Amino acid sequence: MRYEAVIGLEIHVELATASKLFCACRVEFGAPPNANTCPVCLGLPGSLPVLNAKAVEHAVKAALALNCRVAAVSKFDRKNYFYPDLPKGYQISQYDLPVASRGLVEVVVGEVTRRVGIRRVHLEDDAGKLVHEGPAQATVAEAVSSLVDYNRAGVPLIEIVSEADLRSPEEARVFLEEVKTLLQYTAVSECKMEEGSLRVDCNISLRPCGQTTYGTPVELKNLGSFRSAQRALAYEIERQAQLLDEAGRVVRETRHWDEARGVSIALREKEEAQDYRYFPDPDLLPMVFDPGWVERMRAALPELPRQRWRRLVESYGLSPYDAGVITASQALADFYEDTVRAGAGAKAAANWVMGELLRYLNAQGTPAGEFPTTPDHLAELLALVEAGRISGTMAKSVFEEMCRTRQAPSQLVQSKGLEQLGDRTELAPVIEQVLAENPGVAADYRAGKEKALGFLVGQVMRKTQGRAHPRLVNQWLAERLRER
Amino acid sequence: MSITSEQTEHVAKLARLALAPEEIALYTRQLAQILAHMHVLSQVDVNGVEPTLHVIPDLANVTRPDASRPGLGAELAVANAPEQADGYFRVPRMGKEG
Amino acid sequence: MAGKLYRLSAADASRALRAGEFSLEELLSSYLARHEEVEPATRAFITHDAGRARERVRRLSAGWGEKAEKVLAGIPAAIKDNLCTREVATTCGSRMLTGFLPPYDATVVERLQAAGMVLLGKTNLDEFAMGSSTETSAYGATANPWRRGRVPGGSSGGSAAAVAAGQAAYALGSDTGGSVRQPAAFCGLVGLKPTYGRVSRYGLVAYASSLDQVGTITRTVEDSALVLGAIAGHDPLDSTSVAAPVPDYRAALGRRLDGLRLGVPREYLAVALEEGVRRRVEEAISDLERLGAQVGECSLPHSEYALSAYYIIASAEASSNLARYDGIRHGPRAWEEELGAMYRETRRLAFGSEVKRRIMLGTYVLSAGYYDAYYLRAQKVRTLVKRDFSLALERFDALVCPTSPTVAFGLGDRLDDPLTMYAVDVLTIPVNLAGLPAMSVPCGLWEGLPVGLQLIGRPLGEETLITVGHALEQCRPLDPERRGPLYRSGGELGAI
Repeated sequence: MRYEAVIGLEIHVELATASKLFCACRVEFGAPPNANTCPVCLGLPGSLPVLNAKAVEHAVKAALALNCRVAAVSKFDRKNYFYPDLPKGYQISQYDLPVASRGLVEVVVGEVTRRVGIRRVHLEDDAGKLVHEGPAQATVAEAVSSLVDYNRAGVPLIEIVSEADLRSPEEARVFLEEVKTLLQYTAVSECKMEEGSLRVDCNISLRPCGQTTYGTPVELKNLGSFRSAQRALAYEIERQAQLLDEAGRVVRETRHWDEARGVSIALREKEEAQDYRYFPDPDLLPMVFDPGWVERMRAALPELPRQRWRRLVESYGLSPYDAGVITASQALADFYEDTVRAGAGAKAAANWVMGELLRYLNAQGTPAGEFPTTPDHLAELLALVEAGRISGTMAKSVFEEMCRTRQAPSQLVQSKGLEQLGDRTELAPVIEQVLAENPGVAADYRAGKEKALGFLVGQVMRKTQGRAHPRLVNQWLAERLRER
Repeated sequence: MSITSEQTEHVAKLARLALAPEEIALYTRQLAQILAHMHVLSQVDVNGVEPTLHVIPDLANVTRPDASRPGLGAELAVANAPEQADGYFRVPRMGKEG
Repeated sequence: MAGKLYRLSAADASRALRAGEFSLEELLSSYLARHEEVEPATRAFITHDAGRARERVRRLSAGWGEKAEKVLAGIPAAIKDNLCTREVATTCGSRMLTGFLPPYDATVVERLQAAGMVLLGKTNLDEFAMGSSTETSAYGATANPWRRGRVPGGSSGGSAAAVAAGQAAYALGSDTGGSVRQPAAFCGLVGLKPTYGRVSRYGLVAYASSLDQVGTITRTVEDSALVLGAIAGHDPLDSTSVAAPVPDYRAALGRRLDGLRLGVPREYLAVALEEGVRRRVEEAISDLERLGAQVGECSLPHSEYALSAYYIIASAEASSNLARYDGIRHGPRAWEEELGAMYRETRRLAFGSEVKRRIMLGTYVLSAGYYDAYYLRAQKVRTLVKRDFSLALERFDALVCPTSPTVAFGLGDRLDDPLTMYAVDVLTIPVNLAGLPAMSVPCGLWEGLPVGLQLIGRPLGEETLITVGHALEQCRPLDPERRGPLYRSGGELGAI
């Protein structure tokens, strides 16, 4: 049978704050174990939480960027369960009054534009980290013991829950990229998956094409990247389709994605169904969002990717595809626009940013948002090309050098003598030398073999290490040969 | 209000309390008794009454600025732990909890 | 001046210290000697550290010039053992916190330290403050110094016994359902539970967060004004603390009662009161009327539901607050091979039966399918209880009633029946549900045991309570013949 996949996502995003959600401990990746802890985030007896204003602001900004409605009143609830990474025996989260709900994100995959609902955005504190001791390949259950580090406990998170509006693994990946871009644009998170600051769980079910009711959902966890989310979903579709064809049913369960082996594995069933016993946290007061304040936050949002994409197409004349590539990252789009502002042509700048710059960034694995050169330098380089002072080929090597040394392109061109040779008195001796060394080829040309000219031009270029202006060389060589 | 020993066992599981069979019997009896007493609440007309989330009226939006300061440090953090290793808290293997 | 300095109130001791009548060392020595004498009878303390107190006095004496301005400087005090004290064991009367040394001071402790407190030690309590008799402590029961075999009340029974017996000039307690007022009443002391949010809860080990409030246990109303003044005020570490400025509570002492309207809740006199309690309370109310107060009757119609609502809410919050005791970060641990068994065995071994009972009850009322019927309904009933008080306090400046239906009952009398024990707090619990300030003031003896009068005020109306309490104290001294515990030797004191 043919099936349709129904996919919903839960995205946990670490907010970009200096301190934790409910205490002043530093938020810092890679600190020594338990270095950034205090009575509050260790859940020591008697400690009390106090809410970080910045985290609330970030949550509201993210919600607005996701087109959500911000609640009039929002409150914190305790989610009660036992786990060693949870120091208080409960997580401070939000149950029935999240910060925001009913949002919408549009994703474009090929010809399809999918409107993906955002069910809710809520604030919560993160848990600590467990390190399992024992044989290297041991599973959690097999480890002899575990070590707990509460540095991450209390770090502010938002959980973004999408509606089950996605229909393919690719749509899911594109949606994730869109959300990530929005969060980076609004500067609410750095979204570093490798540091765990963005984590994704997927819910996926299949149903026969045409059916409107939902199938049995399976939850996928441990998705280390958007790519692995896409792979895991594709695997899950195959697996569930096979189960449905053979047994007619899928078991509702949570599965762990094993990226190395490319398979999902069922997690052991819990002894009893989870019962989180949510109730309002008496230690924290409600958040009351004044509509005026929310509107000011909305007004203070930066231009979002979709708006920027439209503007780049309309006012710079970029193709929709190029504008899409450039606006996928706010930093890249900023770099691009700054380059144009520094005098570069819109088209040329786009080609360079998408070509040489991205190639360099990918090759070097430069962290997102960091650039090896400046928009001013790139604009200067493009101006040199435009003025014919260096060749396009030469410009690429100047760019490499620019990135490596962080020097201005004009300086590099000058100090390395890379400027294009377009002066007849300088090139005439070289042309003479080439003609003298290749009398046969010159004779061929004169005999009517026009292709022979190309070889001679090549020789001149070689002798000038590529600096000679090829069009001028061509012209002058032809003139010289006609003279005889 | 009746409560079964299975319910008592379920609640004990949720609360991570090991109970001996005689304790299950005792708590089943006592919880039933207490809950029966609390049943008086069902007589109260609470239609249209908002629950009290906080007794302090109109207090909301209590926040602190996002400024960090040094915590206790690992040494003090783990000082009270029954088992520690290199600045970590150590716990036995997860087993079924994992 | 020699000898029995421990009999002085904190305010009197402070005045004498400042007048140079005796030294800080002499005052402390008097308390330490008295402690040696009576502690075997009262068993009021879990931790007592004479060495630390002497060291503290040495340092205070050295800088006396500037410290002398602070009224409580140099006065020896005791702290209930559910308030965190830096590097001083804090047990909550539970095996669960054996060996726990908090790395920080509770805000109230920090404020008293800044005011020059000499900390003597940490007092006994019902385990995690869950009880009304100080009998559920893992460290054994505390005795009521007034009579052998009687409970001191609870849960702040250790604090009350210590102040009553002369082992500390004043003490801090905590009051979730009456835990400061009822032991104060049972031990012939002044117990003040401030408005919820008036005093920081930071560092108070939580039992039921929406009801808990730190309170004072003192021998006089003047002392309660002094101590409250030192601990009250906004704390940025407690989101539920209120920002209102702290008045000079001493200014409320000695004000006349003329024109003050006092309400007597009809329902509170309808409960089964011991004859002596009813009689002394009625006498006290007449006295207040004679002093110029206008006394009238009022009604708190939802009172009969308060007890049930309280136990649901308190147990629910407790079940969550006590989830952090899991054998990982502090306290003892059952050495099991698997985590799940470690949790369950640690909590089985280290929690006492009353604590487990409330965790079970709280877990049950929050669990799927029961939340609406119990927890949510209880919070709605709480709104009604609160509304009753608001209406009554529109007509009256304060309400007056007994603190407890009985005088101190016998050790072990109510331990086997949770419901009988819970009913002990029927007159104090509604006040916590409404977050109001209340004070228990001694209003006489019945068969040799103290009776407490409860004054209930408007939100942040502590000054009215101090005014009324002080007037009553002046016209009805509890122990004019000096036969109470302060005037008895260790051998004559009540013991277990």
